[in-house]
Amino acid sequence: MTNFIKGLLRLRRGPWEMLATILIALGVFMLMQPFALVLFTYSFIVTLIGTVMFIIVSHFPE
Amino acid sequence: MPDKLAKRAALATPPKLAHKIRGLSDRAIAWIFIAPTIFLLLAVNIFPLIWTIRLSLTNFRTNRPNNAVEFVGIENYRKILTDADTWTSLQATAHFLIWTIVLQVLIGFTLAYLINKKFRGNDLWTTLIVLPMMLSPAVVGNFWTFLYQPQIGLFNYFISFLTGADPASFSMIGEVALAPWAIVIVDTWMWTPFVMLICLAGLRSIPSSIYEAAECDRASKWRQFWTITLPMALPFLMLAVLFRGIENFKMFDLVVQLTGGGPGSTTQLTSIDLKREAFEKWRTGYASAYAVILFVTVFGLASIYVKALNKVKDR
Repeated sequence: MTNFIKGLLRLRRGPWEMLATILIALGVFMLMQPFALVLFTYSFIVTLIGTVMFIIVSHFPE
Repeated sequence: MPDKLAKRAALATPPKLAHKIRGLSDRAIAWIFIAPTIFLLLAVNIFPLIWTIRLSLTNFRTNRPNNAVEFVGIENYRKILTDADTWTSLQATAHFLIWTIVLQVLIGFTLAYLINKKFRGNDLWTTLIVLPMMLSPAVVGNFWTFLYQPQIGLFNYFISFLTGADPASFSMIGEVALAPWAIVIVDTWMWTPFVMLICLAGLRSIPSSIYEAAECDRASKWRQFWTITLPMALPFLMLAVLFRGIENFKMFDLVVQLTGGGPGSTTQLTSIDLKREAFEKWRTGYASAYAVILFVTVFGLASIYVKALNKVKDR
């Protein structure tokens, strides 16, 4: 966990990509889940942030 | 030999053209070669994408081209993301997507594993299994409609043979509880061979020497499967999931032919919903916003999937 936070602070690709991946997966789950409409409402913004973040952080150093 | 060819090519080039080419740098020549591709990519992919994003922020309707087009900001996105019907169609898509992928991967990999074993009539079986994939979705949709007929359908008779139920007592494409499964069955029947072919390519790429070494170490068949076959075929399996996932996310023709999105909106997948918004209700701006949402979702999923695929390949 400490390494993950250190990696985020030092702008390393691995942890940031992990964070973006979690956001995308969460967004897609929120988009298609059958439990709460409010999750569906905020799904697109979560996926969009994750996707844009993924594109940006894939250019960070290893 | 290459020198001779180069000389012949130089002699065959008209002098004026040769003079012009001689004046170009390597970089310029490279640009000349890739420029048509870049132009096509911009014209066919990038420009429509930008145009769609622009339209998604307006109230434009294609059937009223003379109306004033107003900028509405994120209003279309707000409407879509608070609409219960859109939410329902996304759930139907999720059901279709998850079950088709699970079934196709399980059956496809099993078939590939069996076909990979050498036996008599191997090629004939491969050809027979691959047949459904070669048919047009319209044809498949039509004849499965007949197979699902409660009175004359062979599928209903087959189920009644297995369960003893009256064949006319249920309708696969007419009942709310069964229709989502009806489209899953047809898609699985049609596209499992595709997954099987990819898995077969993966299985055939595993060198037999690894299995021979495992035999020497007295590894059981079960252990060989989990430690050799599955890890080495995994990139191929993941590729098959990626292809089927993207294809099924935008599934349209087969489902329209089979159920038309019904009964009610039980099998109304997102692509059918999108088509209705764009070309039946003519809400072009709204449909564009819908398309952008689906695009971002597929793009995000594909990005993480390709990353995972590369990790598995590097391992």
